Amino acid sequence: MEVIYLLILLLVGAGLTYFSVDKAASRVALLISTVAFGYSLYLVSLHYGGQLPENIHFDWISKPSIGFDLRLDGLALLMLVLTTTLLPLIVASGIETKFANAKSLYALVLLMAFAMCGTFVASNGLLYYIFWEVALIPIYFIALIWGSGDAEERKKQVVKFFIYTFAGSLFMLVGFVYLYGKAGSLLLTDLYKLELSYDEQLLVFGGFFLAYAIKIPLIPFHTWQANVYQKAPAMGTMLLSGIMLKMGLYSVIRWQIPISPDASKELMPYLVWIGIAGVIYGSIVALRQRDVKKLLAYSSLAHVGLIAAGFYGLTADGITSGIIQMFGHGLVVVGVFFAVEVIERRYQTRAISELGGIRAQAVKFASAFLIVTLASVALPGTVNFVGEFGLLFSLSTQNVWFSVIGGLTIVLGAYYMLKMYQQVMLGEANKKPFADLSVTESLIFGALAAVIFFFGIYPQPINDLIAPAVNEIIAQISTN
Amino acid sequence: MNTLIAITALGVICLIFELLNLRKILVPFSIVALCGILYLNSLDYNQTASYYNNMIVVDNFSVTFTALFIVLTTFLVALGHHFYDDVPEKLSDFVAIKIFLLSGAAAMVSFGNLAMFFLGIEVLSISLYILAASRRLNIKSNESGMKYFLMGSFASGIILFGICLIYGAIGSFDMRVIMEAAVSADVEEWFYIGGILLAIGLLFKIAAVPFHFWAPDVYEGAPALTTATMSTLAKVTAMATFFKLFFAMSGNLPETSQTVLVVLSGLSMTVGNIMALRQANVKRMLAFSGISHAGFMLMTLIGTQISAGTLLYYGTAYAFAGIGAFSVILYVCRHLENEDIVNFQGLGKSNPFLAFVLTTSLLSMAGIPIFAGFFAKLMLFSQVLESGHLALVIVAVVNSIIAVGYYFKLILAMYTKEPQHERTGRPFYIYAVATVALLLNLTIGLFPSLVTDLLR
Repeated sequence: MEVIYLLILLLVGAGLTYFSVDKAASRVALLISTVAFGYSLYLVSLHYGGQLPENIHFDWISKPSIGFDLRLDGLALLMLVLTTTLLPLIVASGIETKFANAKSLYALVLLMAFAMCGTFVASNGLLYYIFWEVALIPIYFIALIWGSGDAEERKKQVVKFFIYTFAGSLFMLVGFVYLYGKAGSLLLTDLYKLELSYDEQLLVFGGFFLAYAIKIPLIPFHTWQANVYQKAPAMGTMLLSGIMLKMGLYSVIRWQIPISPDASKELMPYLVWIGIAGVIYGSIVALRQRDVKKLLAYSSLAHVGLIAAGFYGLTADGITSGIIQMFGHGLVVVGVFFAVEVIERRYQTRAISELGGIRAQAVKFASAFLIVTLASVALPGTVNFVGEFGLLFSLSTQNVWFSVIGGLTIVLGAYYMLKMYQQVMLGEANKKPFADLSVTESLIFGALAAVIFFFGIYPQPINDLIAPAVNEIIAQISTN
Repeated sequence: MNTLIAITALGVICLIFELLNLRKILVPFSIVALCGILYLNSLDYNQTASYYNNMIVVDNFSVTFTALFIVLTTFLVALGHHFYDDVPEKLSDFVAIKIFLLSGAAAMVSFGNLAMFFLGIEVLSISLYILAASRRLNIKSNESGMKYFLMGSFASGIILFGICLIYGAIGSFDMRVIMEAAVSADVEEWFYIGGILLAIGLLFKIAAVPFHFWAPDVYEGAPALTTATMSTLAKVTAMATFFKLFFAMSGNLPETSQTVLVVLSGLSMTVGNIMALRQANVKRMLAFSGISHAGFMLMTLIGTQISAGTLLYYGTAYAFAGIGAFSVILYVCRHLENEDIVNFQGLGKSNPFLAFVLTTSLLSMAGIPIFAGFFAKLMLFSQVLESGHLALVIVAVVNSIIAVGYYFKLILAMYTKEPQHERTGRPFYIYAVATVALLLNLTIGLFPSLVTDLLR
């Protein structure tokens, strides 16, 4: 029951924000998202106390027989915590910017958070699909209306993004309809029990793959990503890269692999190579970018490629580290995109060539940016190190070449991220004045850094939280 | 039966209102009366009966579809309150015609005899011909009425010919006899030829490919409210009738009939959608989108386990979204010459509520969840996939993606451009219809069982 209150809180919060006034909207949204964060920590404590019922069921639709089913195990809880941790930070990142029609913007942000939380906890295929699709509508409007750059060009990119992801989702829907025909139910546990032949699994796997590969995105379905990240407002980029793409990754291990284990096993090497291809491609393209935001978009492509490779490697280590890295990547990517936003607020540009020499004027910002940059390149001591190292290690147990080539992400990543940092922050003092971080901005960076380092040094709580879920996935792979 | 009589009586009363000079309360009165008829209609639920030598058969199929038609007519009558402001003296005529149209629609789903069926379809069609040409000084409206009349009477002729052939084969117009003949082994070939001719006539009314050529011109030329009537009420009525006839006559149809349906359905979706992509006029765009929805509705006939509940749900979802969209179109284009997309620019700023209603209606038509259109598509996919037509489902999915392209053209215009026209006033009936249509859409979208359980 408890998790439903969180969903209701976010949904009602979206409504409240919409009916507030433009000036107060960001504060209302911040309040609600902070309460949501606190509440999700309360859920974690209940979970550890064993007082949190894992499955929730309400009758919903009689024909086809679909229930309102939620499942809150450790994995779903971790994703929930990630969402509600990032949400207040994302909302706070916009507090100092003046948006036209701010109440609609913040209402959409909360609505999207609602849908994403729903996606993480839904355990009925149809309910999950509905949350999955509903999350798409707010981000479409956020990017379209509050985005930057030429309006016509942005329109084209955002519509392309929408059509792309919608197309992928529809194939997933066909997969679910097919599964319903086989199982007579879409409850996650019923689908796990289903014994499909290899060909049937392949069909389902393919339908799901299109949806997830576009959302994550994997090569060659990534073409929407960099442009939308670049055009969307900072808040939209953070939502997309910090949380929304995790929906795709999460779904791979919750829905795709356990439902079609034989197909996953058969296709394992190809899928890992697709993930690693993303690593290489993203890193190389990032090297040549002149726009900071675009560079970070491609770097994000490389990082999620590695996570996907770890998941599709089908080892317990890979899945555990992938989940930790999802968590770490969510934090870091919000941090780096926020740093870009800080620069853009002051200089109104993101072109690397026009930047430089900021460090001399803003020491606090320089160190904050350095922390998130280093975390992004998986410096030991950060949670990203735990994640990426584990991923590479797990891949090496499958095939040593996976990790040799996938390991380039760290080498190349360090190169382009530090080069970017050097060009943007170092050098002779910039002539244009650069105000150092405000209190809100410092708080956001401080919170991110604290979480990144805490779990970097002590990742055990995450491990414990997700261990049952990982075991379940592995059992599902090995029994069939 | 009582429903049909009450509807006809209401139509006559509307005409008398004009004589008594009660024009001002005509629309509110009709709305209340239609709600009363809706209640009267609901009393017949779960009570099968036949009247007048099986001319009229009242069963759950007819009751639920009639209920849908009554709700749609209520919306259309309400929207008429502001639409005929420039010709107030004709208001009662137009309201009465819409109510007569409803009586035709009710007859088309509750007939027990082909004679009654033909009467129903003619009452419906003639009302539409008049409504299409109702802007008598507007050349486009005249063209639309004329075109619709010529093409429509041709289709009526084909239907009549089909009925004659069926009569020639089995010697009866009665549906019970037809159902028996359909399952019996030896029946004259004319029976099937007659059936095919009936199907052609109805496919014309539904505007499915390849009988769709009239739709865009007629939709564009007709007054917007008439277009709303044609694309919601008339289309769903014709489809429900087609379903009823198909269900009765499909006793032992060869496998090829399914193939024909699959092809027609796939073609309708594809042709309608691809043509819709290129349109600049909203009514024309919705005409083509309606053609593609006709293709989706034809999917309800495919498979061994065809279910009227799915069609009822799809029809309801489509019609509510259509009503929502048209109420906004009526508001935006009230004083304008045409319904081009440019007129919708900036609606998101100048009137956020109606822009929201139009957005939700379009999202529902595109089949995006929490709106009714999503479940409608889901049920279709599930039914068709069960019967093994994976290819058709893929075509339908691809079409759903294409459809997003043109629905979003309108959404983009509303939210990314600056307003060109100043719009003032908040016409009560338009707002009320838009709100109610939106709420109904959401309600059946979140609780689809409310509708599908009516027809098990």
